[in-house]
Amino acid sequence: MTKPGAIDFSTFPDASGHFGPYGGRFVSETLISALDELQAMYSRLKDDPEFVAAFDYDLAHYVGRPSPLYLAERLTEQAGGARIWLKREDLNHTGAHKVNNTVGQALLAKHSGKTRVIAETGAGQHGVASATVAARLGLQCTVYMGAEDVKRQSPNVYRMKLLGAEVVPVESGSKTLKDAMNEAMRDWVTNVDNTFYIIGTVAGPHPYPQLVRDFNSIIGREARRQSLEHFGQLPDALVACVGGGSNAIGLFHPFLNDADVKMFGVEAGGEGLASGKHAAPLNDGIPGVLHGNRTYLMEDEDGQIIETHSVSAGLDYPGVGPEHAWLKDIGRVEYVTADDKEALDAFRRLTRTEGILPALESSHAVAYAMKLAASMQPEQNIVVNLSGRGDKDIFTVAAIDDIEV
Amino acid sequence: MTEQNRIDRRFSRLRGEGRKALVTYIVAGDGGLENTVPLMHQLVASGADMIELGVPFSDPMAEGPVIQKGHERALASGASLRKCLATVREFRQVDEETPVILMGYANPIQRMGEREFADAALDAGVDGALTVDLPAEEAGPLNSLLAERNLRNIFLLTPTTTEERIREITGLASGFVYYVSLKGVTGAGHLDLDSVRDNLEHIRRFTDLPLCVGFGIKDGASARSVSAHGDGAVVGSVLVTAVNEAADLVAAKERVGAIVSEMREALDR
Repeated sequence: MTKPGAIDFSTFPDASGHFGPYGGRFVSETLISALDELQAMYSRLKDDPEFVAAFDYDLAHYVGRPSPLYLAERLTEQAGGARIWLKREDLNHTGAHKVNNTVGQALLAKHSGKTRVIAETGAGQHGVASATVAARLGLQCTVYMGAEDVKRQSPNVYRMKLLGAEVVPVESGSKTLKDAMNEAMRDWVTNVDNTFYIIGTVAGPHPYPQLVRDFNSIIGREARRQSLEHFGQLPDALVACVGGGSNAIGLFHPFLNDADVKMFGVEAGGEGLASGKHAAPLNDGIPGVLHGNRTYLMEDEDGQIIETHSVSAGLDYPGVGPEHAWLKDIGRVEYVTADDKEALDAFRRLTRTEGILPALESSHAVAYAMKLAASMQPEQNIVVNLSGRGDKDIFTVAAIDDIEV
Repeated sequence: MTEQNRIDRRFSRLRGEGRKALVTYIVAGDGGLENTVPLMHQLVASGADMIELGVPFSDPMAEGPVIQKGHERALASGASLRKCLATVREFRQVDEETPVILMGYANPIQRMGEREFADAALDAGVDGALTVDLPAEEAGPLNSLLAERNLRNIFLLTPTTTEERIREITGLASGFVYYVSLKGVTGAGHLDLDSVRDNLEHIRRFTDLPLCVGFGIKDGASARSVSAHGDGAVVGSVLVTAVNEAADLVAAKERVGAIVSEMREALDR
């Protein structure tokens, strides 16, 4: 394990998009020029005062930032240990952290002069966030969504359609998020002259893991400032759920150089690691190459990607962002799991004790945070990323309860 | 001559004869694992110069719907990288001359291990590899492992590849260069012949390697047009469609044979 403090985390990825052995650009030559173009544009704009000001303005007045850092007193009491603070990304416009990134990428799309955006989506939150910014900028929008996910997330499908997006159900492969991403890549390579691809997580070929992280890092920058305001020091621990890992890296990244802040990424344990039915590549996968980057994957002995399982569609992905793969290997972040049952319990618990309905994805983080809090002291502080609200999940939970809504 | 790679040998023979290469693609295991070797022999009998054997992958990102479904069917019939290698070994028991290239994606090779893959490929009688999602900047280690074994590494060039990259890629490439004729996925249908001609002339300034053109080649006429400015044509989706639509192996051999013969005649005309 490398000692935190020995590495300056702000200098990653390197020039070729690698985080240690992970990341990079594993795509067909047909996509390279589009990625080069995006990278050149992003390098030019990311520190450009006008671009930064436009992004900050949108975050404040369109997204509604800063999002509060809320002390969950009754939850803390019930957990019996460290204080649990919730970073309320659920209060953002469109109901999740995803919009931080789509607002940023929409500004890039506008600069590129392209008239059409495409996106992949699993639970539909990124699709909704993409359709939202497209509507606002008057851009044509196509969202690829696995046919299975279209069925289990019908409210979000309708929201995207109301926003003027075309939703394309993807029938290939396992008909879930990974296949939607394949299809979006195919669209992009075909229509690259007029199309900007808004990737929704910190995966994919360089520079996507970097720029999606940068746009979401507003979460951690605010949490840092708010921690100092509320309790006069940095948090003792950060907790966030990890599917692709965009909300987690958004919270973690501004704290990575603070060696005393412990970090926990919570993967979807599904029906339990032993069952094989889960979506926890960092806990039970091996490094490989998918969707343009090298990272931990769920795959079989022949290197074929296998189907994952989680009660939350947003975590149901066989890969994970390459920066997380690296942070695991060097020991900077600990990656744990919460299974379906623990997540559902946390969903109900937070709803009943705090009046906050969390997304099933975020419920994984809440579940682990309660366990963690119990092992810590009352004067310590945990910041949990409440990455999204759970309204979209009430049908899933009702079905589990055998209730027709 | 035994040291020479079959791909090089075939191109040098074709150049001597003033003919163009016909490179044919099918997915290993599509239509049933046991049918792949007979189909490969049929391709050769009907006039194919080389076989690109598609190694099925669960997430074939660069393929259009036709070849994607070929990969899915092949996986359903139990195909894998190891079984592809066994297929080539079986093919070699009868055919010692026709070059075979494994075309696939990086992850199955990563899982096997690049060194083990290179050893196994050599041992099975494979002549080269084309790994779609392993562009020049990530290809270094595999490229060396293949070169050490006298195996060729085929790279893609596209209409959007910059001059700087053309230099870099042709510096790594061996066997031949696969020019992707259009922006899109395999099997797309908007071939622009003027652009193909201009780009091949441009690429020719940087390499003496044979240039083969693929993506969007559907019949003898399109194969003949694109290869007029290069050294050969690659055909895939129409063959994968033929294999899929055939009721059994006899029918598949007949359909594939007819397509390949027609292309061969057009190229040799």
